Amino acid sequence: MYRYIIKRVLLVIPTLLGAAALVFVLMRLVPGDVCVVRLGSSGGTFDPKAIALCHTELGMDKPVVVQFLDFVWGIVRLDFGTSMWSGAPVTTEIWARLPISLEIAILATVVAIAIAIPLGALSAVKQNTWIDVVVRVFAVGGIATPSFWLGIVALLIVLNFTSAVFGHPWMPPIEYVPIWQDPIRNLSMALLPAVTVGYRYAAVSMRMTRSAMLEVMQEDYIRTARAKGLIRKLIINRHALKNALLPVVTLIGIEFAFLIGGLVVTEQVFNLNGVGRLFVQAVQNQDYTLSQALVMLTVMIFVICNLIVDLLYAWLDPRIRFG
Amino acid sequence: MVTAVHTTELSRARLDDVAPGRASSIRRLLGFCRRELLGTFGLLLMLIMAATGLTAEWIAPYSPTANDFAAMMEPPSWAHPLGTDQFGRDLLSRIVFGARTAMIVGLTSALVGGVIGLVLGVGSAYFGGKTDLILQRVSDVLMAFPLIIMALAVVAIFGTGVENVIIAITIPLVPRCARVVRASALAIREVPYVDAARALGFGHARIILCHMVPNVMAPFLIMVTAFVGQAVLAEASLSYLGLGVQEPVPAWGLMLQGGAEEYAATAPWIALFPGIAIVLAVLGVNLFGDALRDTLDPKLRKR
Repeated sequence: MYRYIIKRVLLVIPTLLGAAALVFVLMRLVPGDVCVVRLGSSGGTFDPKAIALCHTELGMDKPVVVQFLDFVWGIVRLDFGTSMWSGAPVTTEIWARLPISLEIAILATVVAIAIAIPLGALSAVKQNTWIDVVVRVFAVGGIATPSFWLGIVALLIVLNFTSAVFGHPWMPPIEYVPIWQDPIRNLSMALLPAVTVGYRYAAVSMRMTRSAMLEVMQEDYIRTARAKGLIRKLIINRHALKNALLPVVTLIGIEFAFLIGGLVVTEQVFNLNGVGRLFVQAVQNQDYTLSQALVMLTVMIFVICNLIVDLLYAWLDPRIRFG
Repeated sequence: MVTAVHTTELSRARLDDVAPGRASSIRRLLGFCRRELLGTFGLLLMLIMAATGLTAEWIAPYSPTANDFAAMMEPPSWAHPLGTDQFGRDLLSRIVFGARTAMIVGLTSALVGGVIGLVLGVGSAYFGGKTDLILQRVSDVLMAFPLIIMALAVVAIFGTGVENVIIAITIPLVPRCARVVRASALAIREVPYVDAARALGFGHARIILCHMVPNVMAPFLIMVTAFVGQAVLAEASLSYLGLGVQEPVPAWGLMLQGGAEEYAATAPWIALFPGIAIVLAVLGVNLFGDALRDTLDPKLRKR
């Protein structure tokens, strides 16, 4: 197992280095000079001195190789420089908005697992009945529905429902309060976005649970368990579901990284000041240092999620680490 | 070993279902429709979307960009079947023209991304060795970027607009297709007819294009269909964020961006109809894609 862990962890390094190189190259592909864009957008004149100063500030007067090494060294120290828009350190900007995004991501995962595994298993056990059809339609719908539209519709329903019941419309709060300070206010803010993002996540995982479950139910050991007279509930819970969950674990881990993409749009709908919204603002403001840091951060989260999934998988399924 | 068995099953399935055989193409299509009811429904939705996009000028009752300040935020009526938006533009006309935008972006990104992925995937499997290793590492890196994040990064650099959105969505699709196609192509490379072709002195291009590519068509078609749905969703998301297609081009995501939330309580139709259009389009593509996969790849039939 240790050899596998070391091998797998070492594989992360080239991927991250490659991603850093790609982000670095992409940033240099910006048509024209980043500094001209920056000074132009803040209404300054194109004074050669100001541009030279900006180049020095961004380290662009150094050779490209040195610039790249500086960039990588910055990533290692989690220091991404300062935001071109606000002037604050990028890490501070991200750090301030991380809790809200992280909370929604975790809540969405909980929602997704709570919906996906029981429904997916039920759908497989009741294959080709009306229950199966309903669950499958629910799943297909989840994959086709854009999360931002679902968010808008959810808000619409909440608005109309509250104004019909209480007489005045209610909107979820947009300011972040830590859950330990005011759990009700915190959850009333985070729950709707979490369900919105979680639906797609649940849909994908539900389909996976169903197909994995159907596959496992045809295995010989399930037939043996049935033949020896084991009760159905035990067969499903202990023998089938446990083995069917392997691919589902993988999927949940990989989809967690996709949540970041979902958050980018959903935070916009609910007006939440999270990392996803920061990303959109960074792109809109042409804040290249911030955009580059956020892309790099996303890739790092993605790669780490994949690593955790692979290690978990190897731990759950010995065939992988010895294969 | 497993992949080899898998491939034979694939080719057998293709002989029955797709390759020109005894049955005429119409009979094969009818067979598909009989077996795959949901898939047929999806195909129908796709055809409706394509027809709407192609004939938008004739179907749309109004110009998608014409403002009518006398009819702002009007609820659905005979004059405006889906109502009007905050600028008095007819929603039905904008949705009809939006189908064209979605189709252009969806099909172009999926096809271009798919074909580049196909060539790279088959090439990678065929040449093997260092070429394969390098291409695989590059695709590892590219796959580490979630689709929408990669698209945002590309938009951040090149700017917004239809062409840039297409580029932004195409780039992340390439490695995803290459990865899947390579896996199938690796199995085909071991089949004796590829060696036979090489022994006959055929060039690399001929072997790849005439002998390997046709045999990885099944996974390729499945991928490309899935890509169309993903691309339509990605375009809608980017446009919703204001980073995709720009006004006045009618696009579904863009229609949701403007006033959809602001007027949600007073004019819910502005928020509802463009979203329904997106859901139906993606649903159609996905249902058809699922059916196609069941038909072309019997191993996955249950999924």
